[in-house]
Amino acid sequence: MARIPRWADLVLVPLISLLLAGIISALVILAIGQSPKEALTTMVTGAVGSSYAWGYTLYYATSFMFTGLAVTVAFHGSLFNIGGEGQAQLGGLGVALVCLAVPWPHWTLALPMAMIAGALFGAAWAAIPAYLQARRGSHIVITTIMFNYIGAALIVYLLVNVLRPPGQMDPATARFPSGAALPTLHDLPLLGLIFDKKIPANVTLFVALIACWLVWLLLWRTRLGYEIRAFGRSEPAARYAGISPFRVTMLAMLISGALAGLMSINNVMGESGRLLQNSSEGAGFIGIAVALMGRNHPIGVFLAAILFGILYQGGAEIGLWTSIPIELRTVVQGLVILFTGALDHMVRMMLGVFFRPRRIEVA
Amino acid sequence: MKGGIAAGRQETAAPLAIELRGISKAFGTVQANKDISIQVAKGTIHGIIGENGAGKSTLMSILYGFYKADSGDILINGTPTTIPDSQAAIRAGIGMVFQHFKLVQNFSVLENVILGAEDGALLRPSLAKARKVLADLAREYELEVHPDAVIEELSVGHQQRVEILKALYRHADILILDEPTGVLTPAEADHLFRILRNLKEQGKTVVLITHKLREIMEITDTVSVMRRGEMTATVRTAETSPEQLAELMVGRKVLLHVPKGTAKPGRRVLEIKDLRVRDVDGVERLKGIDLSIRAGEILGIAGVAGNGQTELLQVLGGITQGTGTVILNDKSLDLTGKSSDGQSRRRDGISHVPEDRQHLGMIMDFTAWENVAFGYHNDPAYQKNRWLMDNGAILEDTKGKMERFDVRPPIPTLQAKSFSGGNQQKIILAREIERNPDLLLVGQPTRGVDIGAIEFIHKRIVALRDSGKAVLLVSVELDEIMSLSDRIAVMFDGHLMGIGPAESATQVGLGCLMAGLGGADTRAMSGWDISAAADEQRLSTGTRG
Amino acid sequence: MDYATLLQILDSTIRLATPLLLACLAGLYSERSGIFDIGLEGKMLMAAMSTGAVAALTGSVWIGLLAGISGAVLFALVHGVASITFRGNQLISGVALNFVASGITVLIAQSLFRQGGRTPPLSGEARFNPITLPFAEALSGVPILGPLYSEVLSGHGALVYIALLAVPVTWWVLFRTRFGLRLRAVGENPASVDTAGISVIRLRYGAVVITGILCGLAGAYMAAGLQAGFGKEMTAGRGYIALAALIFAKWRPWYALMATLLFGFFQALALRPDVIKNTVGFDVPVPALDALPYILTVIVLAGFVGRAIPPRAGGEPYVKER
Repeated sequence: MARIPRWADLVLVPLISLLLAGIISALVILAIGQSPKEALTTMVTGAVGSSYAWGYTLYYATSFMFTGLAVTVAFHGSLFNIGGEGQAQLGGLGVALVCLAVPWPHWTLALPMAMIAGALFGAAWAAIPAYLQARRGSHIVITTIMFNYIGAALIVYLLVNVLRPPGQMDPATARFPSGAALPTLHDLPLLGLIFDKKIPANVTLFVALIACWLVWLLLWRTRLGYEIRAFGRSEPAARYAGISPFRVTMLAMLISGALAGLMSINNVMGESGRLLQNSSEGAGFIGIAVALMGRNHPIGVFLAAILFGILYQGGAEIGLWTSIPIELRTVVQGLVILFTGALDHMVRMMLGVFFRPRRIEVA
Repeated sequence: MKGGIAAGRQETAAPLAIELRGISKAFGTVQANKDISIQVAKGTIHGIIGENGAGKSTLMSILYGFYKADSGDILINGTPTTIPDSQAAIRAGIGMVFQHFKLVQNFSVLENVILGAEDGALLRPSLAKARKVLADLAREYELEVHPDAVIEELSVGHQQRVEILKALYRHADILILDEPTGVLTPAEADHLFRILRNLKEQGKTVVLITHKLREIMEITDTVSVMRRGEMTATVRTAETSPEQLAELMVGRKVLLHVPKGTAKPGRRVLEIKDLRVRDVDGVERLKGIDLSIRAGEILGIAGVAGNGQTELLQVLGGITQGTGTVILNDKSLDLTGKSSDGQSRRRDGISHVPEDRQHLGMIMDFTAWENVAFGYHNDPAYQKNRWLMDNGAILEDTKGKMERFDVRPPIPTLQAKSFSGGNQQKIILAREIERNPDLLLVGQPTRGVDIGAIEFIHKRIVALRDSGKAVLLVSVELDEIMSLSDRIAVMFDGHLMGIGPAESATQVGLGCLMAGLGGADTRAMSGWDISAAADEQRLSTGTRG
Repeated sequence: MDYATLLQILDSTIRLATPLLLACLAGLYSERSGIFDIGLEGKMLMAAMSTGAVAALTGSVWIGLLAGISGAVLFALVHGVASITFRGNQLISGVALNFVASGITVLIAQSLFRQGGRTPPLSGEARFNPITLPFAEALSGVPILGPLYSEVLSGHGALVYIALLAVPVTWWVLFRTRFGLRLRAVGENPASVDTAGISVIRLRYGAVVITGILCGLAGAYMAAGLQAGFGKEMTAGRGYIALAALIFAKWRPWYALMATLLFGFFQALALRPDVIKNTVGFDVPVPALDALPYILTVIVLAGFVGRAIPPRAGGEPYVKER
């Protein structure tokens, strides 16, 4: 296989993958008789062209940072957590229960409790697949997929039969007390000057940024992070070093689930103000793309989350203002995952052509 | 052994089943086969003997179309033949029994036999035919296996028969067996040899790859010796002796000189009694080991790879579990419970330089400094506070270690995989030796290491001994064992064949023990305690020479 | 529950189980060859859209079926290129293709018909019309068994019978033919196939294409049998239920039939909450029925009900070694 320099692997592989995804998307747009140029312009203006646009882009990016980090932590332990979607929805349940439990006087009191609940519920939903993987060898990819559906069904049941206030038709919880409403960037001093309209991006963005930093600390500054990374690279070597596979698998997945669960303070508490069906809206899956694109590094995840925020918001604008359906963004998302996660050897081989191929064989 | 080679060449009068001319094969910088020529006469059993890594398996894989030789010619039955893939080898009448069987575990014997050699799109006729053919083959060669048995329920010996049946079903005239007895019990091995003799009587040609002298002496007609990718000799088995073969196998290199004073053994650091280890398949790999090591001495474990040395290191290092008693500094070690892991062993004062540097000893994608903390990442000196590790401190420590152990380039932030084998090993040694352990376990310290680094590594190990520590050294390099050790123990098939002082050990004597044999050469080594099992094996072979 | 209601539920069980069964058998071929495929969902969706679109345009369900198969095979081949040729991560490839399918089906349907990402309603020859089995009429008078034959077994579209037929055929191919033997071998131990001189790559591509064809049938049935036209995300997780059924069935054809019938039965029950209430006496929440296949699969995966051992070489790209 072609060897390419490390920086190229880190920077060029995701960029080339993005480019390939972009080219194919453009071809798709051409094939359905639309203009790729128009799509791109609409997307850019709609996602980054104004502070209002940024308000949406950053809102989406906040969610994707959490789910991207969730996938990243698990990936470092060589665990592919596809269950971010279910974990985020369960996290939303935790957030909703906390927000509805007491008439919160101020969001600064509600937020920490909601965060704890969201993280705990998310972690709990990751715990069973983690245990089954660590102790019984059940494949975590399959079990987390199953848990997405079980989680969705559980939420539907609770919303319809338990949490729905009497007299309300749609399956959702009651609205949260106003004391549990998170201020948007528009509501904050100074930032309000930039974001002069009502936008969904809220203080959770800062929590997400702190989460990026904490995950970086965890992975590269703590013993647990060290053990997760070592275990993910080589299980036999980890055993040699006296690292317990069971402990690492459990902890990595619990942290991953907690991060996915934390996402719901952005959408459930910050935006909708009540728990709805399918609250995560696919953000759990986008986390996979974000982690792959961000090369499993919090800085990369941050950048990729913004990029996918742009894609998401821009895609919505495309759906609104052009004849191209909003689903274009799902196509791009899929293509990015395909190129960065499954066809990465191919992308490297393409790049290897440019970096004077040296033949290195392994005996 | 020029004469020996000549002896092999003189047989050109007999029809040749296989002739290889000047075969060379390199993997990257490793020359696995160097200009190898060999002639195997039809209807004979030809042995190829050599230590692990001598290039035997590579050579036979070339013959079976698994690898393509860089240069050289292959003649089958006198006809030049190209063998680009396994199918071509099968067509040429070559069958191969790999060391690791290529059987489908949940298939029946019949299904495995016909796989790839079916007679048509439907299975029923093929199965019926195979059932008949198998019955005939079973009668002819003592190859009885129940045709409907499922592979995973068969013993290893029976699985091997299925592999042989597969080859015969494909009309193989030449049968290659790669280390066939490694997984067999003595009784199964005897049966295998009867089968091979039957095959020979029916005019088949058998090539037997092994590192066991006993087998060569017992069954082969001619034998080729390989060492470090080269064919060192081909001789008639009847005209050679195990001693001569042992010498050819191990080679007589100039002993590396390790400046080393006399050992001053102190108190007993490690005592092992009846240590047993089973692998994941439940096969016993350590079959009751008793030994002890004192402070200030190096005990070298000699042996051909795969005779239990790895398991010994791993159970002492806390990687695998075992039964028996291991006492370190008057404290009994936990071999199965909660504190039978690598962290507990390190706390107890055992450091471990594993045999497999790349898969166990390091994380190749980690930087040098991250690897310096590997296994010691809980060390208080590496922590900034309760939560965070002090990467700066590890980095500083790494710099010092790289300097003291002459790691090149001395850049702590480089990934482990960017260092040469020797420098990787120095990083591991620095990490383990500077822990100042009571007992250092060290496996294959100089495998894949350049000459310059070898001397350095040896000096460091001796220095640790001189500082009053105990060292358990495992190496397949006999020279290394002989030049470093104060005492030597030889392992064979999970047993200790003998143990004694290094100064009275001889190459030939150790070679015999490594092959599981006793005899005069081993008894000539004064102060040695030879296992009774070794002499029994000796008698059972009825060696000539 | 009276007999008539039971017959109704069994009838819809068969209809609902059909796409699950086809997709489950599709996954069986791929996974038996050692290629994990969590992209069944995407391939079904692709096939449903292609069938819906082409059937609407041509008015022929059979041309639509061909288009559906082509669409699914195309996706199967991309999965093959990623996981066989480039030895990529099979799980990620499957996930990615599901997303691509989810998006691109709407894009194409919208650009063709401008009906909000749906295809136009199909009718007449553009759908799989019910086939009345021989003697259905005559036998309907026979007590108990008669109605079972005429109302439950008879009167489905062709693909239902093809799906049911695909079970013994798959069993026969797998266990009675040379191809099946090699397919099973390559999923268990590709080295055994390689040393026998057979191409691992060709076998696996073969399996992946069969997976595509069967997913094509499943998707076509969704769009032109179960429903009349393609709608956004119309497969609604059936690809994953099929995957669950495959694990539940331990990768065996007859068990796959049982598992998909069971899961189809749950789906049929979920459509009739009134019946459940009348039968068990209390409300069984519909979501519990929805989740049941997944919960059962997790229990099987955890090894509490016999062990579900996937093909040994599954998920691992084959690299030649001694």
